Amino acid sequence: MRRRSGFQEFWRLLKQNRLAVTGLAIFGLFFCIALLGLVLTTGRNPAFDPAMVRLQEKLRPPLSRPNLETLRPEEVPRLGVYLFGTDDLGRDVFARMLQGAWVSLTVGFVAVGISVIIGIFMGGISGYFGQNHPSMDTLIMRFVDIMLCFPSFFLILTVVALLPASMYNIMIVIGLTSWMGTTRFVRAEFLSLREQDFVTAARALGVNHWRIIFRHMIPNAMAPVLVSATIGIATAILTEAGLSFLGFGVPPPHATWGSILSDGKRFIFDAPWLTFVPGFAILIVVLSFNLFGEGLRDILNPKLRERY
Amino acid sequence: MLSFIGRSIIQKTITLFFVSIVSFLIIHLAPGKPSQVDPLNPKFTPEIVERFRKEFHLDKPIYVQYVYFYRDLFTGKTVSWKDNQSVLGKIWERFLNSLPLFIVGTIITWTLSFPIGIRSAIFRGGLYDRSATFFSYLLISVPGFFFAYVLIIFVVTHFHVPVIGLKTFGIGDASWLRMIMDRVWHLLLPSVLGATGGIAILSRYVRSQMLEVEGQDYVRTARAKGVPEEQVHYKHALRNALLPFVTMFGLILPGLIGGSVIIESIFSWPGMGRMAYEAILARDYPIILTVNFVSAVLVLAGTFVSDLLYLVVDPRIRL
Repeated sequence: MRRRSGFQEFWRLLKQNRLAVTGLAIFGLFFCIALLGLVLTTGRNPAFDPAMVRLQEKLRPPLSRPNLETLRPEEVPRLGVYLFGTDDLGRDVFARMLQGAWVSLTVGFVAVGISVIIGIFMGGISGYFGQNHPSMDTLIMRFVDIMLCFPSFFLILTVVALLPASMYNIMIVIGLTSWMGTTRFVRAEFLSLREQDFVTAARALGVNHWRIIFRHMIPNAMAPVLVSATIGIATAILTEAGLSFLGFGVPPPHATWGSILSDGKRFIFDAPWLTFVPGFAILIVVLSFNLFGEGLRDILNPKLRERY
Repeated sequence: MLSFIGRSIIQKTITLFFVSIVSFLIIHLAPGKPSQVDPLNPKFTPEIVERFRKEFHLDKPIYVQYVYFYRDLFTGKTVSWKDNQSVLGKIWERFLNSLPLFIVGTIITWTLSFPIGIRSAIFRGGLYDRSATFFSYLLISVPGFFFAYVLIIFVVTHFHVPVIGLKTFGIGDASWLRMIMDRVWHLLLPSVLGATGGIAILSRYVRSQMLEVEGQDYVRTARAKGVPEEQVHYKHALRNALLPFVTMFGLILPGLIGGSVIIESIFSWPGMGRMAYEAILARDYPIILTVNFVSAVLVLAGTFVSDLLYLVVDPRIRL
């Protein structure tokens, strides 16, 4: 009962923030499109084939109708129209965008998942055991300092370029290079939580350390983590798009939003839709995550709420 | 104060040492060898590979390679594996190209962010504030390469000026005025692009600092005793809100070598970022490691300078 009223309170506050609601709605839509895209573009005979080359139909503008006389029946796009046009090989940009949505979504979530898990683990250990084992705390925080010295995009680029090209490598590398902020939040949060009565009570009852950390402290330290994770997803999607743009992304023929844009850059004056369609898609998705993250920050932090 | 400086320098040197180890390990333990760069090249016979490995100590154990590399770096003798030129010389040359971008970008960021942030804070909740907020989210969210192409399309179709590269190719004998305008046009787009993220973040930060200060008791007191509104904002509030920004001068230091890889490759700008990108493609380890090392030094120096500035401006802080 209490939990539900907490959620209702959250929902009431969220509804006041129109930008955050818009962000959440776009995110939901994006999630559905990405799932749908995965279903529709994979398999032996996909409904939308992102790799279907039609050289006679190259660089068609959006909403143009296919020339039925020159196409074999299986080459005709499913909707009967090139919704977002075609690229320089006559591939349907709509199908490629559908395929790319799933890459952006998974890269964002998996990379942030990895970084949040590492961050909570390191920050938790350092904050909880720090007082009794200062050397452990120092070790972890110095390691954070070391990692913060690396220019992040350059480091990611170096590692991704050295490793064999694959979607999983990109997710792992982005995750492994972005956990430092979470570690610091969680540590700070744990330092104040461990002095509170409910933790002392749990310790007095003889609850073991890990149970205290996972059952009692982490749920109370989640607010800043959630906010930074939401914004982290936006950053990860941007990073992946940047890598794809530079040619270090998911290997072709798999389409990603960054690589569609990168392939289209040679035709920016003749075929601007190859730049604008993926560009606006990335912009809208990243914007929705950023807006929702900021809204979440306002809601979860009661001190900010009374600001104006 | 002196003990703080001493401790901080020792601590940062230790951090730097570990950074050098970590970056060396990352690059050498990754799969693939620099000697395998071009297996299809018919001139790349096993003998040449062997000579190459010997020349650059690649046949030694990894800790010996580490010592050799950093010995060479500190004596300034490191050479690029690609063309045998001095790494520090190459970096310096590219750094001079990236410097104008950095300077113009920083100036744009700082001159625009403050007015925008201050105005948002004064008229908080109003139309201006809300649209400024939305635009700053928009600027944070827009992928740099997409924004770059939008700007290129706009500038090229409306002003008919070439924007790619350092300057127009073959402009040699034009009048000096045209030469200068040409350079300005080429400089403008990449600097604006470099500044967009900075403007969005910094103006938000200025706004929140101003809001923080405007809620303080002494601002209310100033209002209560009848100080004109202008003076309250700019004399009482702004001066105190500026404090944290002094320290940010230190934190922009790493940007010196950052030189965005993506923007420099779009604009064919021969700067640091592009050199690093080319080095990565060619597996030119000395350049990658040196760029990494120099940027780590700048990050550490930046935090040191900002701590020091904070100590100087804020007498309440005693370390």
